[in-house]
Amino acid sequence: MAEPLTAGTTAPPTGLLSIENLTVDFHTPRGTARAVDGVSLGLFPGEILGLAGESGCGKSTLAMAVPRLLRDPAVITGGRVRLGDGDGDGVDLLGLSDEELRRVRWRDIAVVFQNAMNALNPVLRVEAQLVDVIRTHERTGRREARERAARLCGLVGIGADRLRAYPHELSGGMRQRIAIAIALALRPRLLIMDEPTTALDVVVQREIIAEVRRLQERLGFAVLFITHDISLLVEISDRIAIMYAGEVVELADARTILDDPAHPYTRGLLASFPTLHGDDTRLTGIPGAPPDLVDPPPGCRFAPRCPSAHDRCRAERPVRVTVGDRDVACHLYGPAEVTP
Amino acid sequence: MSFLLRRAAFYAVAGFVAVTLNFLLPRLMPGDPATTLFAGYADQLGPDDLASLKEAYGLSDAPLLAQYADYLRSLLGGDLGTSLSQFPTPVTDLIRDGLGWSLLLGTVSVLIGFTAGTLLGSFAAWRRGSRFDTLVPPLTMFVGSFPYFFLALLVLYLFAVRWQALPQGHAYGMDVAPGLTPEFLGSVATHLLLPATTVALVSVGAWVLSIRNTMIGVLDEDYLTMAEAKGLRTWRVMGHYAARNAILPTVTSLGLAVGHVFSGQLLTEVVFTYPGLGNQLYAAVTTHDYPLMQALFLMITISVLAVNFAVDALYAALDPRVRGAATASS
Amino acid sequence: MRKVTAFLRGDRRAVAGAAVFTLIACAVLLAPVLAPHTTTWSDGGPFSPPSADHPLGTNGQGQDVLSHVLYGGRTSLGMALVVGTGTTVISVVAGLVTAFLGGVADEAISLVVNVVLTIPSLPLIIVLAAFLPPGTGTIVLVLVATGWAFGARVVRSQALTLRRRDFVAAATVAGEHRRRTIFVEIMPNMASVIAAYFCGQVVFALTAGSALEFLGLGDADQPSWGTMLFWAQNDSALLQGAWWTFVAPGLGIALTASALALVNFAIDAATNPRLRVARGAAARRPRGFRRATAVRRG
Ligand SMILES: Nc1ncnc2c1ncn2[C@@H]1O[C@H](COP(=O)(O)OP(=O)(O)OP(=O)(O)O)[C@@H](O)[C@H]1O
Ligand SMILES: [Mg+2]
Repeated sequence: MAEPLTAGTTAPPTGLLSIENLTVDFHTPRGTARAVDGVSLGLFPGEILGLAGESGCGKSTLAMAVPRLLRDPAVITGGRVRLGDGDGDGVDLLGLSDEELRRVRWRDIAVVFQNAMNALNPVLRVEAQLVDVIRTHERTGRREARERAARLCGLVGIGADRLRAYPHELSGGMRQRIAIAIALALRPRLLIMDEPTTALDVVVQREIIAEVRRLQERLGFAVLFITHDISLLVEISDRIAIMYAGEVVELADARTILDDPAHPYTRGLLASFPTLHGDDTRLTGIPGAPPDLVDPPPGCRFAPRCPSAHDRCRAERPVRVTVGDRDVACHLYGPAEVTP
Repeated sequence: MSFLLRRAAFYAVAGFVAVTLNFLLPRLMPGDPATTLFAGYADQLGPDDLASLKEAYGLSDAPLLAQYADYLRSLLGGDLGTSLSQFPTPVTDLIRDGLGWSLLLGTVSVLIGFTAGTLLGSFAAWRRGSRFDTLVPPLTMFVGSFPYFFLALLVLYLFAVRWQALPQGHAYGMDVAPGLTPEFLGSVATHLLLPATTVALVSVGAWVLSIRNTMIGVLDEDYLTMAEAKGLRTWRVMGHYAARNAILPTVTSLGLAVGHVFSGQLLTEVVFTYPGLGNQLYAAVTTHDYPLMQALFLMITISVLAVNFAVDALYAALDPRVRGAATASS
Repeated sequence: MRKVTAFLRGDRRAVAGAAVFTLIACAVLLAPVLAPHTTTWSDGGPFSPPSADHPLGTNGQGQDVLSHVLYGGRTSLGMALVVGTGTTVISVVAGLVTAFLGGVADEAISLVVNVVLTIPSLPLIIVLAAFLPPGTGTIVLVLVATGWAFGARVVRSQALTLRRRDFVAAATVAGEHRRRTIFVEIMPNMASVIAAYFCGQVVFALTAGSALEFLGLGDADQPSWGTMLFWAQNDSALLQGAWWTFVAPGLGIALTASALALVNFAIDAATNPRLRVARGAAARRPRGFRRATAVRRG
């Protein structure tokens, strides 16, 4: 694996979405926390990209920065988020006015939140919450919008009679299915799913994941899928990005991540979970805690916890480079110390 | 039992307590109730009148329980007694007009106060920490701590006496004949303006605060982020997603507030000589017309209970979870 | 608890409210020193406007309004404090007793409290007072008798929450006497709630008592802010344009009430965690006016 290296993949794939050098700061009373630090990531049409990492590493912040749904203390301080439109450069979402952004939201990028109980409006019927998004973005009559709502329900395996229900009258699994139906209402090209199944029990979780896979194959949308559960991710994703302290430290095919993780953090993360086949269940975990984002350590952010850290790791920040069929940001694989 | 049935039962109990209290009051006072009751009128009324009054009032030598049964029976028959100050008019005749005017004034002022409070409170929450937010809620609270009758005097003095912009009192002008004519309705509206504004001004602070605080919580909810992610238009997000949820806890407190606002309204009516129940109560107090006073107390209490029930019904209509819980537990 | 006091000290609203209230209380206490005239002096001529002799003018009987405001404040504030103390004591006792008795007694008393709360207070107070001989004593009696219900409910629910907490449970397990548990363990933890309630009750008593006096149910010869308003109304001061006769006592009531409301506000913010998080620091989820995330490229 020590073969020569090309420069880092800052040039993202030309595809559906390309996040380039995105930086998000939280202005807190203690100082500025850089929750997303120069992240570049691309999504191809129709692929499922998994995003994993410990709690607080910036997964949600990164995902919510794309449709610009972050609130007050969060400010996007750098980078571009281009949404491809088939030809040319696409549009930079960060440059859109509020009204232009409103039109892009849901039509191109829809979101499924962690807990549908909280994400659905408790005082509106499910139907109203489906119909309003259809009628806001498309010139549709009320009748037709209702029919479409019923069809969407069928798509996610829910009887149309449930449309008249209020969210509290549905089970957790049904609510999450409804949330998915709402997300698919406008046939978006990209679905952001931020831990969509953590609030559910394991059986329902599996069902929902299978459903998403099935729908994705049928409708061809791309998914940015966030979870803590790396075994789940391996199952569903085409590619996986591993985040640590605001950076993407490794990006590769799901199989590569599973079979041959390169970054010491990825290895630690995989070791923290029982493997899929359940034969090898040592839960070593990673000692220590993620760094304080207001005052991160110099050099590699993982160095203080890294079993293979050496002097260079504590002094110099590794850049992300392509090594074989993966991208990784680690001095173990990085270019030699003196580069022209 | 469904939510509304349960509430109805509670109000029935409360109404019963009020009726009983009303019955006991003159009988619990020190001295002979008849003497207390008719003290102010001993000279004007002949012995025959007194006797018939006593009878009408259910005051007899019969045991208390029998008197109570009597009292309930005549209440059910719609007989609330005879006025002393306007003898021998039945008090129900006097109260009927007052009730209408009071309900009009009460409804209009609560609507103004609630609407203004919702708008101001939501806006303060949306613009958290802005100049508007730091100024307006405390200001409305300050006005809210004014006693109703003081603000009424102030408003009356400024607008009706000083600037002569609006009428000084009564429900409509002397020069218009009651009827469904534009002149009459216009006159009613101009006479309503000052007292309604007074009541709304005092009560608005509480709404502003309540809506602001719940709205701050609602703005933090996932369903609001989702509404925005859906690319809905701002007014729909604000209305159907934010305001509808933020209003709910406030509607629950609306019931309690109605009794309070009504109390303030009674005093406002006195200042504006607005011919509602409050003004009549004041007149009854100053003329020691106890039968009228008691009938008014009962009437006011029952109106407040009825409004409370209406608010509960509104709450059930607005919050599907209440209805759901009710059917589930029945 | 120490945190709460520290917070109150740092809260501008609390400081302002407490300062205004102290100022009013001092002025009223120093009435014999500050007042230019006695309350019986009446040679100022009816309705003379504010002047050097009479900074707040004179009323319809030619009495000095400033002197009446100062002396009258003693009656009004005194009455309010007595009623506030009385209702607070009854509320605390009733609330604690119901919370700790539990069972049927609790439910019965809770029902009574809810019923009393639903019946509009002012008409009841007016009718009660009308049956008794008019005077300050009657007003105090009636207000105390009708004013305790809300507080009992607040104290009860607070006590129920506290009772579930560990330290009380621990005390009970340790075999401490029940009465001791109530007074030693629970009372101090409810101090802020009770303080807030007391402030609210004083405001209630001040406004309701003044309202009764305004309606002529007080002692018309005893100067107080309410009776001053009664006389202003009775002497048609309004139509004479003599605004000073009602603005002075009215502002007395309003300023006292809002000063205490400010203190109350601050106590509320200090004890209600949801509103306090609002002050910024560790808010986990972003808040504020909802616009698309700001983009600021550096
Ligand atoms: N409102 C906020 N104010 C200040 N800092 C914040 C705020 N929200 C998030 N952060 C910071 O941003 C970092 C990333 O948060 P984010 O929610 O994106 O993490 P995450 O990876 O999604 O975690 P989880 O797995 O728990 O959802 C956190 O470590 C936190 O320090
Ligand atoms: Mg997250």
